[in-house]
Amino acid sequence: MKRFIGFIKKEFYHIFRDRRSLFILFGMPIAQIMLFGFAITNEINNVDIAIIDHSKDATTEEIINKISTSKYFTIKQMIAREADIETAFKKGKIKAVLNFEKDFSKNLIKEQKATIQIITDATDPNTANSITNYINSILQNYQQSKNKGIVVEYQIIPQTRMVYNPELKSVFMFVPGVMTIILMLVSAMMTSISITREKELGTMEILLVSPLKPFQVIIGKVVPYIFLSVINAAVIVLLSIFIFKMPVQGSLLLLGLESVLFIITSLALGILISTIAETQQAAMMISLMGLMLPVILLSGFIFPITSMPAPLQIISHIIPAKWFIIIIKGIMLKGVGMAYIWKETLILVGMAIFFIGLSIKKYKIRLE
Amino acid sequence: MGISISNISKSYKKVKAVQNISFDVNPGELFGLIGPDGAGKTTIFRILTTLLIPDDGTAKVAGFDVVTDYKAIRKSVGYMPGRFSLYQDLTVEENLTFFATIFGTTIEENYDLIEDIYVQIEPFKDRRAGKLSGGMKQKLALCCALIHKPKVLFLDEPTTGVDPVSRKEFWEMLKRLQKKGITILVSTPYMDEAALCDRIALIQDGEILEIDTPEVIVNKFPKTIYNVGAHNRYKLIKTLQSYEHLYSVFPFGEFVHYTDKRDSFETVDLKSYLEKAGLTDIIIEVTQPNIEDAFMELAKK
Repeated sequence: MKRFIGFIKKEFYHIFRDRRSLFILFGMPIAQIMLFGFAITNEINNVDIAIIDHSKDATTEEIINKISTSKYFTIKQMIAREADIETAFKKGKIKAVLNFEKDFSKNLIKEQKATIQIITDATDPNTANSITNYINSILQNYQQSKNKGIVVEYQIIPQTRMVYNPELKSVFMFVPGVMTIILMLVSAMMTSISITREKELGTMEILLVSPLKPFQVIIGKVVPYIFLSVINAAVIVLLSIFIFKMPVQGSLLLLGLESVLFIITSLALGILISTIAETQQAAMMISLMGLMLPVILLSGFIFPITSMPAPLQIISHIIPAKWFIIIIKGIMLKGVGMAYIWKETLILVGMAIFFIGLSIKKYKIRLE
Repeated sequence: MGISISNISKSYKKVKAVQNISFDVNPGELFGLIGPDGAGKTTIFRILTTLLIPDDGTAKVAGFDVVTDYKAIRKSVGYMPGRFSLYQDLTVEENLTFFATIFGTTIEENYDLIEDIYVQIEPFKDRRAGKLSGGMKQKLALCCALIHKPKVLFLDEPTTGVDPVSRKEFWEMLKRLQKKGITILVSTPYMDEAALCDRIALIQDGEILEIDTPEVIVNKFPKTIYNVGAHNRYKLIKTLQSYEHLYSVFPFGEFVHYTDKRDSFETVDLKSYLEKAGLTDIIIEVTQPNIEDAFMELAKK
């Protein structure tokens, strides 16, 4: 036991004396969460639009007013002719154009219908889609307020309600993803680098010719990073609660325990990488390419798994991050308890045991 | 408590690192492996420290087999690899404490063993190991290898890259450790250090050329050696190389070591040959052969 504590103490010296690893450990999580939270967002805010109003009557004015007072849109210019739409888009400032037909009010009263054309710049399809949806809902809203008190036969009014993230804040989607990426990277990359560093510097040779057992070396390497990763997870959760006002609906304790489970799984992966890689460089490359990419692409963090082709869906099952994202989304956003996530938890436990077993087995007790 | 190696062979893919090597190191002996880089010294060390498994043959260290009893060996030997292998970002004291702890002991417990060496680096005990000079690093590495009171000490080229003064000090320490009953196997590419060992094995290309005490090996040298000097050493060697009676010539310090094919000859003949070639300040004198001469002679065969 004394040996073990001595070993862990040594690991902490390494971590705290290496500025680069300290930066990766604590700088990266904060930088990433800020980036994803503030800069990278697919919410719509103050989008510049232009308007062609061919009728210029009371109704169109009312609608234009409604749109311009919403925080989503800013009316940048009024265009007189259709021919100028193209130039307006090409200047790049305007993302959408609303085109009111001639005699809008008259048509509405006389024929019970009037048309607005919505033209959007679809170079960024996601934004274009959202803009259309937002404008549609403003128009619907307006229509409903107009129709109040009038009996309309056969009308279907869809009442949509977005649950768990009613304001559709993208940060709610990013926090679980970023937390997963960071825990995975810090745990797997840092352990694999710290083990391969011993190989590269030749200290592994001395550790091998000592009474330390393989599991003592492995656990000794892992314990400091469990500790640091838990701190990291806590920092991320606190940042998202206090800066992004993200509610944690479920139990914080459960969230913590699940995080520890995922950290252990990632650490085991890191050790496994270090048994394959001979140099720190190689360990870093394998961690980045082999872990980070699948986590971003196949875990359901950005791209929904259900819309992936079948082979990729199958591959996504073996990615621990996928299960962890399901778990933390459940706990943070839906407030579910163990009863709903026991399956995912069990899968992670299985993966952790498998990877730890494999890496102890693959740990070389000799040099070759 | 010594070392015994019989018929050990080891290859890396196609390269034969050591071939059919056998030798014994007696308990309490200071035994030297002498040979140039790439002779296979490090491979022998790694087999004996249980880091490599030999392709063929058996070896025992302190009575334990290197393959089957590797755990017992790892507890009872001290190993100092050829490359500086301590934690550069830990201080002198932290390194020593760490190695004491993983061997289940403390600095205080075995302080008497390392005292002579440690007092020299103690003034720098708060300095990071990576910032020490070459000689200091080796002293610290030796302390770390000794801290658990090993029965057998393996030192792979401990003096490579160390200044002459520190090298001399280092060997004096080894002599003192030997008196404390520790069996020491040391390797070195420096022939002058060979004379300080009890026995040496001369090794080249993975094969042992000769095993004996340094004196016997030197005495076995079959020829008379001459120190030859002249004002232009380069020209001197060139001239000697084209001499019809030449047996061997190679530079040694400020002179060249020369041996003749004939059993006896007059140095005057050689001198006049050199003078004819235009060399001046010629000195020719008989000298004692040393390990390097012996090694060159054996390597020639």
